[in-house]
Amino acid sequence: MESMLHISTLHYLVLGAALFLLGVVGVLTRRNVIIVLMSIELILNAVNLNLVALSHYWQGMSVRFGGGPGALHGQVFAIFIITDAAAEAAVGLGILIAFFRNKETVNVDEVNLLKW
Amino acid sequence: MGWLVQYVQSYLDPRVTVSPGAAGNVFWALVYILLVFAGVSLGVICMNWLERKILAHMQVRLGPMRVGPHGLLQPIADAVKLLIKEDIIPAEADAVVFWVAPFIVVLAAFTVFVVVPFGPAHAITDMNIGILFMLGVSSLSVLGIVTAGWASNSHYPLIGALRSSAQMVSYEVAMGLAVISAILMTSLNGFGLYGVGGPDTPGIGTLSMIGIVRAQEAQHVWFLFKFFPLGLIAFAIFAIAMVAETNRAPFDLPEAESELTAGFHTEYSGFRWSLFFLAEYSAMIAVSSIAVTLWVGGWLRPFPNALGGATWDLAFSFVPGLAFLFLAGMTFYNVRRMPKHPFFKIQTMGLAGFGAVLGLIGLILFVPPVRDRVGDIFWFVAKVAAFMYLYIWYRGTFPRYRFDQLMKVGWKVLLPIGLGVLILTAGAGIVGLEMAQHVTH
Amino acid sequence: MAPVATPFFFYLLAATMIIGGILVITRKNAVHSAMALITALLAQSGIYLMLYAPFVAGVQIILYAGGIMVLFLFVIMLISIERTMKERQFNHQWLIGIVAAAALGGLFIAVYTRGKTLFPEGRLTYAEGQNTQAVADLLYGPHTGMYMFSFEIASLLLLVAIIGAVVMAKKRI
Repeated sequence: MESMLHISTLHYLVLGAALFLLGVVGVLTRRNVIIVLMSIELILNAVNLNLVALSHYWQGMSVRFGGGPGALHGQVFAIFIITDAAAEAAVGLGILIAFFRNKETVNVDEVNLLKW
Repeated sequence: MGWLVQYVQSYLDPRVTVSPGAAGNVFWALVYILLVFAGVSLGVICMNWLERKILAHMQVRLGPMRVGPHGLLQPIADAVKLLIKEDIIPAEADAVVFWVAPFIVVLAAFTVFVVVPFGPAHAITDMNIGILFMLGVSSLSVLGIVTAGWASNSHYPLIGALRSSAQMVSYEVAMGLAVISAILMTSLNGFGLYGVGGPDTPGIGTLSMIGIVRAQEAQHVWFLFKFFPLGLIAFAIFAIAMVAETNRAPFDLPEAESELTAGFHTEYSGFRWSLFFLAEYSAMIAVSSIAVTLWVGGWLRPFPNALGGATWDLAFSFVPGLAFLFLAGMTFYNVRRMPKHPFFKIQTMGLAGFGAVLGLIGLILFVPPVRDRVGDIFWFVAKVAAFMYLYIWYRGTFPRYRFDQLMKVGWKVLLPIGLGVLILTAGAGIVGLEMAQHVTH
Repeated sequence: MAPVATPFFFYLLAATMIIGGILVITRKNAVHSAMALITALLAQSGIYLMLYAPFVAGVQIILYAGGIMVLFLFVIMLISIERTMKERQFNHQWLIGIVAAAALGGLFIAVYTRGKTLFPEGRLTYAEGQNTQAVADLLYGPHTGMYMFSFEIASLLLLVAIIGAVVMAKKRI
């Protein structure tokens, strides 16, 4: 019980893993393209959470051993991932709009114009 | 019981220099949250009355005069009416989203006040990312508006919501550029963090709201007048963008009654509409607080170094009390002007009572312990009140922008000017730093 | 500044995120999914604040909750048709998908139980007054800045994404 009450880095990593699994299930099982894109955003968020949690751990280690508060590489990487997610969501939704104009549906199963 | 008095006194000590959030003091943080919430609600109620009276006088009519003396109880009557109105939900509307949308807007509008600095230690907390937090949370209200329009399942709200959110998103860009110019100014002129350091130390900028006002204090200039006219142009960009951001005149096409039958809140009535109204006015107060903190000097009194020194400090510390006594005087003058008819006896007594309350507050503000601690809060609130008057003045003066003109101003006029001001501010700052290094070496 | 009631806030925010995630992947109505995702993103911003990363928390609120989700809501409103809510929501291989995710979960559990001793914790608190400055040092600093090139490439990426999205959504190119 004591280990459940003291929040360590492992707690954050487990939370990130749980979110990642929820996102993976969403991508693999849903038919609506918009919800698949939202599940991809969940996956990216889980990765961000892992990065920031481990950056916090690394920073704590470097402070404990006499360094400065400078080991923030995980946070910078997380900022870049958020920027990338914005760009990818914009392009993905643009493609979705273009596809919707052609076929009037948002089902992933019906994206099969090149099927033989 | 004595320990309680001592605990209260220990926090009101003028030597306390950090806000309760930064000090980790949960009890005082909760007290401050309640005070700020009550203050903002009181501000919204006053704004309701002031807007109707000031607009009326600008349009050469009288405004509400019946409900209380000079309509002073009108906001209370409006609130009672809104609370007892029937709660109507359109038949085809999505009930969950319809119910949640006003709460998102109110949440976004009120969470912003967590970092607003009413004084050097009078903020709920002092986050390291203060201004970033304020801009981010105020952009969450777009979500509430979009979902409100969609959930109403009707044409006018949907078009109004899409137009309103497009307008808010466009003007957020211009606001952000103006804010970046002001933040850049905190790191120039060799200012060290929180006033430590001199012209030789490299400047460290800060995003924290209290830090920005401290920077203006240490540099002895309000950012409105720094690098003249760059600070002024950045302030003007923010002042125009903040009016568009809160959907107020002259940018209120999405919610004007004659255009789209009240836009995204057409289908909302009663209590839910009052939530939108509350959120709109507190968003106005919030963005005015940003403008006051970033450019007009926050809680600093006017002319801190032109009229500096202990005697001028003492003179300026009398201003809050004198302001309330002036208001009380105006009230008593109007008491004398009330019609001398027995129908008006209760109203005359009510107005005299209101004047007496204002006078009493003014007298309390002359007492020395209160005078020292209330000065900062008074100056901040007075500057925000000036911005509220500007909002009402714009509504009474300017005609409405058409939607394509509105978007054109946001993207083609404010954005390039904002970028230009940012580049010129950075250039001016570098030139200043080079000259400072040249002089001292 | 000492943190207050860390386990309570962690479990509250973690429960909000997990429930939000479950609602995202199971709702029929895309707007309900989007609102659940917004809640999860705001809770994640709270977790970043607990991890002493206030700048990333602020960026998450502005970009993710206030930008990307507004984009999603606009597209849902433009595209969402009533017909999709009456169709089948989960595709034919849903069982294989859940089995694959469970296998991945088993892999995670195996890694975490073996590596539990790799994170010896002390009570770590630091002043958060320097976080934005430290991030800025890493991005732009004269001596410690190593992400300047990535920053410029990210801005180029955003330009390409804007042009791509505009071209994709036009009626006639």
